[in-house]
Amino acid sequence: MGLALFNTFILLLLVVAALLALRVKDLLTASVVFAVYSFLMCLLWAEMGAVDVAFTEATVGAGISTVVLIATIFNLKRKSSD
Amino acid sequence: MKLLSYIPVLVVGVLLLYAAKDFPEWGSPDAPASKSPVSSHFIANTGVDTEVPNMVTAVLADYRGFDTMFETVVVFIAGMAVLAILKNSGRKKLVKREFEVDAEPDLIVTNTVRLLVPVIQIFAFYVLAHGHVSPGGGFQGGVLMGASFILVALSWDLETALIRFPLNWTTILGGLGIFLYAGIGLLSMFLGGEFLDYSELANIFPVSREMARYHAMLGVEIGVGLTVTAIMFSLYANLSTEGRLQRGL
Repeated sequence: MGLALFNTFILLLLVVAALLALRVKDLLTASVVFAVYSFLMCLLWAEMGAVDVAFTEATVGAGISTVVLIATIFNLKRKSSD
Repeated sequence: MKLLSYIPVLVVGVLLLYAAKDFPEWGSPDAPASKSPVSSHFIANTGVDTEVPNMVTAVLADYRGFDTMFETVVVFIAGMAVLAILKNSGRKKLVKREFEVDAEPDLIVTNTVRLLVPVIQIFAFYVLAHGHVSPGGGFQGGVLMGASFILVALSWDLETALIRFPLNWTTILGGLGIFLYAGIGLLSMFLGGEFLDYSELANIFPVSREMARYHAMLGVEIGVGLTVTAIMFSLYANLSTEGRLQRGL
């Protein structure tokens, strides 16, 4: 029961994060929301027992890729046009 | 146009939901992944063949070592591509950017990072070296190591980080990592096995054939770690400054 509740909560947050990352106009905010998405995915994988994948997701998805995205956004215009 | 794009999204979404019905239960013994002879072969034989407790590492670095080698090559090529595109991108002169401030490195931030970076780097080595037993391995350890240098670049500036890790080292280290990986593979080939058949290394090292695979896996993970560390830092350094390599974020 507790696990099902946890899964439902994380999956709902995942959908919210995914929609938000697409809808938000500010690219910096979008990349941070994207990091949140990665971290939620990491929690799900850790819960399913795929700890190696969860670890990769935490380091690459939530860590490095966010830094690289933000580094790139600082050299572009910050607002998305659509 | 935007409304029109919702139609394929909805259609695909409905199709996926319809298909998800056919998925087996999570962890079910009747799932195709659990029933296939491949999984049971790995579960039964990894410990016997390689003495590595973490099956994921054994599959990644040994059974499908060829695949992992070219994943490392892909990471290297990605880094080189960014370098090649940004090196002569023509926007050499420093333009004032939208959110640029001239500030000294913050006292609290730099001192916190001073304490944090050694811990991150030791943890990176632990993740790399302990990948046989616990989750982790070359990719994760390399990313952590690269992140520690990025942290230095973020809290001071890019020049400070480039003193610690000059950018021409990244190309050399990245190549060296792949060279180490392919070298171990070639060495085992010349000793009579197939490419990346590490058990042949027992002919020249005083270990059993199983332990030769165990230690060769550590060797290739170090190669992967070197490449990933170098390329992650080089990616950040180039992307944050558009290839100018001065005045980063």
